[in-house]
Amino acid sequence: MSEPLVFHYEVDGSDFTSAGTASVAVKKSLRQLGLPSEVIRKLSIAMYEGEINMVIHANGGTADVIVTEDHVDIVLKDNGPGIPDVEKAMQEGYSTATAEIHSLGFGAGMGLPNMKRYSDEMSIETELGVGTTIRMRINMA
Amino acid sequence: MKVSDLLNNGFLEITLPDGDREIDGVYIGDLLSWVMGRASQDNAWITIMSNINVIAVATLADTACVILAEDVDLPEDVKAQAEIKDINVLKSPLPIYETAVRLHELLS
Ligand SMILES: Nc1ncnc2c1ncn2[C@@H]1O[C@H](COP(=O)(O)OP(=O)(O)OP(=O)(O)O)[C@@H](O)[C@H]1O
Ligand SMILES: [Mg+2]
Repeated sequence: MSEPLVFHYEVDGSDFTSAGTASVAVKKSLRQLGLPSEVIRKLSIAMYEGEINMVIHANGGTADVIVTEDHVDIVLKDNGPGIPDVEKAMQEGYSTATAEIHSLGFGAGMGLPNMKRYSDEMSIETELGVGTTIRMRINMA
Repeated sequence: MKVSDLLNNGFLEITLPDGDREIDGVYIGDLLSWVMGRASQDNAWITIMSNINVIAVATLADTACVILAEDVDLPEDVKAQAEIKDINVLKSPLPIYETAVRLHELLS
């Protein structure tokens, strides 16, 4: 695997029932590639949280997964409202989710903390009214 | 203990595409991000949530099975997804606590 492998997904922001499709597809593809199962588990959970956030909070976006020999990068990009206070959003339990979202099992305010926890590096670029880009890296070893 | 071994012990089958899977530990929760953050691979996951997102979470967190407590049922479309994604789903007529106690007895 000398050339990086790239997967690109459009994440539909209007449909809760298909939310998570990209993450589940990535998991399957990386299993076929024979990546270590712990790496796959970490990155697919981190990606799922980001994917769900794009659906719930940002009306969808794009997800790119780039696999190289020693790490996997995930780039999640949306044109949503942006995050006013990133430090606050990163706290466990902080959520702006509505009652409807809660009834689906989301809105515990644990998504961003999980992304941090399951990735080796994470950065958030966000601008109000413009959108949010989150980058995560998971190392192979 | 295998997931399929639960069937003769008070748990009912909803879907069982991977009944030979071994259970290692138990996690209880309905808030999906808690489950994603805290459940371990191969756990039996007890919940009362039964919407489509449960199947995605079980797939990604790689739990051995989902156990719906309180006699909660799985909608037909969610059941179909569970079959497609190879997710074992069982059901327990007992409340969550009693379900967990029963599992503990069986697993130890
Ligand atoms: N892509 C995004 N665009 C805009 N706001 C976001 C985005 N992602 C997260 N947020 C904001 O950050 C908060 C915290 O996000 P986090 O994922 O931790 O929790 P949650 O999505 O509310 O609940 P959970 O992830 O536990 O289901 C959200 O409630 C929301 O206000
Ligand atoms: Mg979230």
